[in-house]
Amino acid sequence: MKSPKLSLGPILYYWPREQVLDFYAEAAEWPVDIVYLGEAICSKRRLVRTEDWLELAQRLEAAGKTAVLSTLTLLEAESELINLRRICADGRFMVEANDLGAVNLLEGRPFVTGPSVNVYNQRTLARLAALGLKRWVLPVELSRDTLAEMQAARPEGVETEVFAWGRLPLAYSARCFTARAHNLPKDDCQYRCLDYPDGLTLSTQEDQRFLALNGIQTQSAQTFSLLGQLADLRRLAVDVLRISPQSRGTGQVVAAFRECLEGRRDPAQAAAALEALMPAGPCDGYWFGESGMVAHGGGAA
Amino acid sequence: MELVCPAGNLPSLKVAVDNGADAVYMGFRDDTNARHFAGLNFTPEKMHEGIRYARQRGRRVFLALNTFPQPGGWERWRAAVDRAAELGVDALIIADLGVLDYAAERWPELARHLSVQGSATNYEALRFYQRHFGIRRVVVPRVLSLPQVAHLVENSPVEVEVFGFGSLCVMVEGRCLLSSYATGQSPNTYGACSPAHAVEWREIGQGLETRLGGVLIERYGEGENAGYPTLCKGRFRVGQNTFHAIEEPTSLNTLELLPQLVAAGVAAVKIEGRQRSPAYVAQVTRVWRAALDACARDPERYSSRPEWDAELARVSEGAQTTLGAYHRPWQ
Repeated sequence: MKSPKLSLGPILYYWPREQVLDFYAEAAEWPVDIVYLGEAICSKRRLVRTEDWLELAQRLEAAGKTAVLSTLTLLEAESELINLRRICADGRFMVEANDLGAVNLLEGRPFVTGPSVNVYNQRTLARLAALGLKRWVLPVELSRDTLAEMQAARPEGVETEVFAWGRLPLAYSARCFTARAHNLPKDDCQYRCLDYPDGLTLSTQEDQRFLALNGIQTQSAQTFSLLGQLADLRRLAVDVLRISPQSRGTGQVVAAFRECLEGRRDPAQAAAALEALMPAGPCDGYWFGESGMVAHGGGAA
Repeated sequence: MELVCPAGNLPSLKVAVDNGADAVYMGFRDDTNARHFAGLNFTPEKMHEGIRYARQRGRRVFLALNTFPQPGGWERWRAAVDRAAELGVDALIIADLGVLDYAAERWPELARHLSVQGSATNYEALRFYQRHFGIRRVVVPRVLSLPQVAHLVENSPVEVEVFGFGSLCVMVEGRCLLSSYATGQSPNTYGACSPAHAVEWREIGQGLETRLGGVLIERYGEGENAGYPTLCKGRFRVGQNTFHAIEEPTSLNTLELLPQLVAAGVAAVKIEGRQRSPAYVAQVTRVWRAALDACARDPERYSSRPEWDAELARVSEGAQTTLGAYHRPWQ
């Protein structure tokens, strides 16, 4: 059985430019195969500009990685469409469409759909495959059993990628919740998300950590991890496992996945070690068809 | 501008028609639509009766098939499309690309609207849906501002329908998984947000608390009105503050924007609330009919009347209304 490749998802947070450049300089040395690059959340985040992303893509390809350009998930303004067209027209790199507006510009060429494009059944997958889809990312709320059915009906030449590590992308809004938490209007947000390199944790009134605010995106507070499910992922012939970057320890996460995939490390031991890198503990309920926030850990399945 | 009103059951459908709806929308009694609530929606027989009632009075009937089937459910959704077509509805409101594809292939003459659950917020996405599935109309998510709606209409290859009144989703519909994170079920997969079976109302020392999937959503003091624990409308802690971190429990009311929506070329305005009572449907439809007629007669001098707002406030969630994203005080 062939071993899945590893990818780094797009950085979902707003990090200072230097931090982004340093992150990818390091990532060039990590055992990942595919690197997704670009701003997928908020068009106001411009410390790293489109030309910088393109240059980073070139640099990572030179280092032997496959670079994919990720596009904005919530497209509203014309300026956002202009930037989208620029990314889609570049042509040097594959593009991850995070909205069907991007698919409209990409069809006929190979493209990827991100987790926010709702591919919930085989007919949707087949239709997109006919338009050039080369890889799709399983929507994060879908279970292992649904994935198994999708894999059974997967069109030829289409790869399947699964979000395997990170705070889960759960919702998108026109409202900026980080700005709201600071009592600021969105158009004067003062880029407060720069202060939360892994999102701003939201808790219930009894201090249960529940969600994470990341600008217009809402994430899970808990970190989703499929490190304990590698055997199952292999059986299901998943092609790519996505690791969503976090501000610290992403290299360790990549190394742990790689070592476990190669049988050089015990997944249960690795999963326990990685819990220290999770801001609010683990979750994996979606994989089992349960509430997303439930945590089974490595032992289940 | 067409007035599209909710019909959660036959009595609601009738009062919507009687009070001036141009079209009503409804769903089957299962998870093929995004108001999958116990006791709600139509059996095929009732639907038949409803369609006849509306038709005899010159009104249109739309059917919502706006959830996302997974492989195991595919046959059910397919059968629902066929059943709706055979019943003779005027349009299907669809979210899933696979369901759209099937409907377009099997029933090409039956009009297709892209549901708000289809998350289309830009005209590139609309061009995609129009080119491949021949959609005639889109219902746009409640996240666009008025200028954005106008820009969308200007460039859209299809008619644009907007939400005018009712519960307010602050998240892009079709892309919100908060409900399944807490309960395992979301609008996409199950046709309900914050489903009733996951809700708990617990008496506490000096009042009441509401939970969803065990997660504390809100605490109420004695005598305070407790609202349904829709996840995004709870009070949470961020840093040192406890507040409505995502959204206040308010509902959308755009009566005062009517002339602008008309001027922007919006084709239809939708009233939310298939889960609400026939009394709600009657009241809201009556007010909106009066407002639309007043606006059509004299858009220049139109303004929302205090008595309309008072009537609507009585049926609004949280008794407070907002212009939502159309006017973005928080942008």
